[in-house]
Amino acid sequence: MGNVINITKKELKSYFISPIAYVIATVFLIITGYMYWKNVMAFNAACFRAASLPEALKRLNVNRDIFISNFRSIIVTIMYMMPIITMRIFSEEKKNKTMELLMTSPVTVPEVVFGKFLASFILYAGIIGTTLYMPLFISTVQFTMGDLYWTPILVGYLGVLMLGSVFLAIGIFASSLTENQIVAAVISFGFILMFTLIDAAAAQVQGLLRVILSKLSLVAHSRSFFNGVIDSRDVIYYLSFMALALFLTFRVVESKRWTQ
Amino acid sequence: MIEVKGLTKIFGDITAVNDISFKVKKGEVLGFLGPNGAGKTTTMRMLTCFSPATSGTATIGGYDIFDDFFEIKKILGYLPESPPLYLELTAREYLDYVSKLKGVAKSRRKSALDMVIDRCGLEKVIDRVLGNLSKGYRQRVGLAQALINDPEVIILDEPTSGLDPKQIIEIRELIKSLAGERTVILSTHILPEVTHVCQKIIVINEGNIIAEDTYEQLSARLKEANNTTLIVREPTVDLLDKISSVSGALSVTHDFDGNVKTIRVESATDIDLREELAKLVVASGSGLLELKHEAMSLEDVFLKLITKEDRTEN
Repeated sequence: MGNVINITKKELKSYFISPIAYVIATVFLIITGYMYWKNVMAFNAACFRAASLPEALKRLNVNRDIFISNFRSIIVTIMYMMPIITMRIFSEEKKNKTMELLMTSPVTVPEVVFGKFLASFILYAGIIGTTLYMPLFISTVQFTMGDLYWTPILVGYLGVLMLGSVFLAIGIFASSLTENQIVAAVISFGFILMFTLIDAAAAQVQGLLRVILSKLSLVAHSRSFFNGVIDSRDVIYYLSFMALALFLTFRVVESKRWTQ
Repeated sequence: MIEVKGLTKIFGDITAVNDISFKVKKGEVLGFLGPNGAGKTTTMRMLTCFSPATSGTATIGGYDIFDDFFEIKKILGYLPESPPLYLELTAREYLDYVSKLKGVAKSRRKSALDMVIDRCGLEKVIDRVLGNLSKGYRQRVGLAQALINDPEVIILDEPTSGLDPKQIIEIRELIKSLAGERTVILSTHILPEVTHVCQKIIVINEGNIIAEDTYEQLSARLKEANNTTLIVREPTVDLLDKISSVSGALSVTHDFDGNVKTIRVESATDIDLREELAKLVVASGSGLLELKHEAMSLEDVFLKLITKEDRTEN
């Protein structure tokens, strides 16, 4: 565990020495901030329209009408950001020949992979954490149709973190394949997009195939989290997807030694 | 300390290292000598357990490179061909990270760091970012990295490449000072290097060990030949035959293309053919322009070993 923490610390240091962390956080906050503003304004407009109709006003819901679409805009943004966070993780080690140092030190490959994963996860969680200003701000407002519920918000964040972890694991796997960071980013983006668009593909087919394809969709599994429901199927799906990607990374790193 | 048996590495159709075996005693400094692409780096990578061997085995300090690689990594210091530096970190941050990676106990980390700063002469640059350092300093930080866990076995892949002459001397002194208590393997394609620091030399070419000895014996064995080069204006038809028949001439090669016509005569070390050859060429009327005697330099020894191998192969 000491090795994992050591590697995690070093990786985090590298993130914050380079401009990557700051640039990603800034762009992320600008984009999600804008989407949040749009969502709040849309809710505001809906409230105005419903002001004269108590029945319609009752049907509005702060959690659902602002935050479900807000979570969606967060995950659309991270889809584009994740490959940038992870692309350097193994590619840079190979390019700088520091892989040789890691592999000749008394640390195991799983420790290296997990340490790096943990570092990218902490960075990611930190970036996501900055969006907590959104519910905090809304929670200070009194609504006639009922205040904000925190539990579904936190469950939604759990979903964002889990989905993001899968994206990170995919990105780390892609990074282990090549020493070119751009190639790594494109590969991970391709994987992420594929497992997102699989939803649309499922709609095109019938029967068993449709069921299988729709169950494979990464984004589809986040829906119940955003509705405030922790479904064990989704949790297991994400955890196993993450474990698979990290396991494949471990195998790739291990097997690359044979060609050195 | 190190025992290598039939180590082989094959990449696709290329045999990078072919069935090499050797032993290194504790406290010895072994020099791996060979041209670029001879298999030096591949051999070192196998010994450091970075790259698994295709066949054969090796033990380091009694540990097997396949079964106990984790134990080997603990007693090993390794400087790869290009120093494995994280260019965004400072030298201090980097060495601190490596000492943790190598499992240096917390209580000993500070003294280990001070020791390598002192030994590798890093006082001036310790708080500078590695990416801004010159090649020589990067190499020194690389070396510091290999020494920080006070390893029993140190493997250095071209430790002096990129250094200026003064630094080269310092690094050689450093390596010499390691001998005795630690076992060192270093590779180089620069000959004087091995003569200065190594007790034992292994010459490797195209993946095969072609000589294994101390430097003195190696050069003594190879200095069996003396070269005399003649330049003539216009060789007569029977000149080459006449020279070949001189007693003591081991081989005669010539190059009569172009304006400068040269003949090279090889003889045993203890025979000096200069006088006899001069007489012969003058008498033949070929017009002697130049006569030169060449003792064998280290470079010749090295080249000879390598070309000898080629000749037997062809």
